[in-house]
Amino acid sequence: MNRFSFTRANSVPEAVRAGGGADTRFLAGGTNLIDLMKENVERPSALVDINRVGLAGIEERPGGGLRLGALVSNADTAYDRRVAERYPLLACAILAGASPQLRNAATNGGNLNQRTRCYYFYDTATPCNKRNPGTGCGAIGGVNRIHAILGASPSCIATNPSDMCVALAALNATVRVTGPDGEREIAFADYHRLPGDAPQHDNTLRTGELVTAIDLPDEDFSAHHTYLKLRDRLSYAFALVSVAVALRMEGDRIAEARIALGGVAHKPWRVPAAEQALAGQPASAENFDRAAELLLRGAQGQGHNDFKIGLARRAIRRALRQAAAGTPQSQTDKRIA
Amino acid sequence: MSDVAPISIAFAAMPITLTINGHERRLSVEPWVTLLDLLREREDLTGSKKGCDHGQCGACTVLVDGRRMNSCLKLAVSLDGASITTIEGLAEGDRLDPLQQAFMDHDAFQCGYCTPGQICSAKGLLNEGRARTRDEVREMMSGNLCRCGAYTNIVDAVMQVLESRGQIKEAAE
Ligand SMILES: Cc1cc2nc3c(=O)[nH]c(=O)nc-3n(C[C@H](O)[C@H](O)[C@H](O)COP(=O)(O)OP(=O)(O)OC[C@H]3O[C@@H](n4cnc5c(N)ncnc54)[C@H](O)[C@@H]3O)c2cc1C
Ligand code: SF4
Ligand code: FES
Ligand code: FES
Repeated sequence: MNRFSFTRANSVPEAVRAGGGADTRFLAGGTNLIDLMKENVERPSALVDINRVGLAGIEERPGGGLRLGALVSNADTAYDRRVAERYPLLACAILAGASPQLRNAATNGGNLNQRTRCYYFYDTATPCNKRNPGTGCGAIGGVNRIHAILGASPSCIATNPSDMCVALAALNATVRVTGPDGEREIAFADYHRLPGDAPQHDNTLRTGELVTAIDLPDEDFSAHHTYLKLRDRLSYAFALVSVAVALRMEGDRIAEARIALGGVAHKPWRVPAAEQALAGQPASAENFDRAAELLLRGAQGQGHNDFKIGLARRAIRRALRQAAAGTPQSQTDKRIA
Repeated sequence: MSDVAPISIAFAAMPITLTINGHERRLSVEPWVTLLDLLREREDLTGSKKGCDHGQCGACTVLVDGRRMNSCLKLAVSLDGASITTIEGLAEGDRLDPLQQAFMDHDAFQCGYCTPGQICSAKGLLNEGRARTRDEVREMMSGNLCRCGAYTNIVDAVMQVLESRGQIKEAAE
């Protein structure tokens, strides 16, 4: 790890004041940042510890819905009674990720800002446009089993590794941030970005901006949801493909559908046309196939990850069936329901 | 400490206070020192193991204010004021913690390298109070890898302690 200066912020304004430098980093749970610093992928000159700025609670929003503080741990968020009852999709997605120890340390703001697990990004001996813009991409033509099948660019084919973010995308969450220019809100769909020709930017947060909270809208998908995560081992592994589904059912018809995919792109992947195609339709195998087709339109493998296209198609169908039937995938009993 | 002015010292050791296994320790620590390295290299508490140093194995698991965490990914300076419990802090004198006894009763290890982390993790699991079935214990212990493959016996050991505390599902119903 390189040497750096360390500041502990005791309030949000203090954190924003201290956090403005281009090579300054906020330290939350540290489970991603410290790991990357040990690999010399991150070499900050200064760390600003934000663990004591407040933002550590979950509150009812005045107009309905919940506000999740950026410094609440992933574990405390998933096990919060209000989250578990009203947003079980989010609780399931969080509990599908990492391990109990890591979820105790990891925070909501940190989870949103975790970096890709691309092997070349981690290996400073290899080229990587995300780590060192302009050096090339080791994964294109290299080992790319975990890489993107959707939305990739000739500069970068990395995926966003978060499980929590896949559920937040499906739930139409909003990210609240405070920076040198004041506060703003970012719709979840606009928070993460596609790599394009600037893969060094994972998201649209500006330098010095601090995530303060995640807002969940007052919507009820608790009866028909699932988080289906497929990976190389049953726990403590990142998703190869994951699917978050939230449905509002009227009888055996789907009134409203939300589908987000994880492990397949640089951001949680949603396709409005796929969701609209299900609205007002019966929960049938043909309709699920059609939705999968629309979600995966344009999917392209890179060689080692070609299998993800078929895996994603089957996972989408399975997840839609689970959600429609009201039998969400258990995060403890790993048999696929 | 936390309620006074922000501390910002470039490239220098910082004063922190940690309660380690019940003893208050006033320490001077460089910002880049992890809790794991502090425990092993400076406090001579070598029970917590460095398996991977990257959060991928659980061998470094300790309790921070009663909650299990990977000590390899925590900077010691960020924990100022916290209470740390390691494997060395579980027994009371010669009386083993029930989890330590259960690991022996069930032969829940072979080489023993992962064991301190497994036991601290299991302690965290008991504090959380959510795992009540074998499947739940397996899932909630999945943050601790065992290269020797003692997994079934580890689950047996944890189940024994859950049972003795009346926390398994069958007993509760
Ligand atoms: C072995 C291992 C397995 C894992 N498996 C999974 C998995 O299966 N699924 C999954 O989803 N995740 C997984 N994770 C990742 C884990 O969820 C993240 O590391 C964690 O959520 C990051 O949160 P943190 O608070 O520790 O962030 P930190 O490491 O403290 O910070 C991460 C980044 O976010 C920035 N940041 C933190 N908070 C804020 C804020 N409030 N505002 C602005 N920027 C901020 C930091 O500056 C840093 O750049 C795994 C991690 C490990 C080590
Ligand atoms: S896929 Fe992206 S992160 Fe991975 S090597 Fe290429 S540019 Fe870097
Ligand atoms: S040494 Fe900390 S998780 Fe492996
Ligand atoms: S007993 Fe050897 S690694 Fe677990």
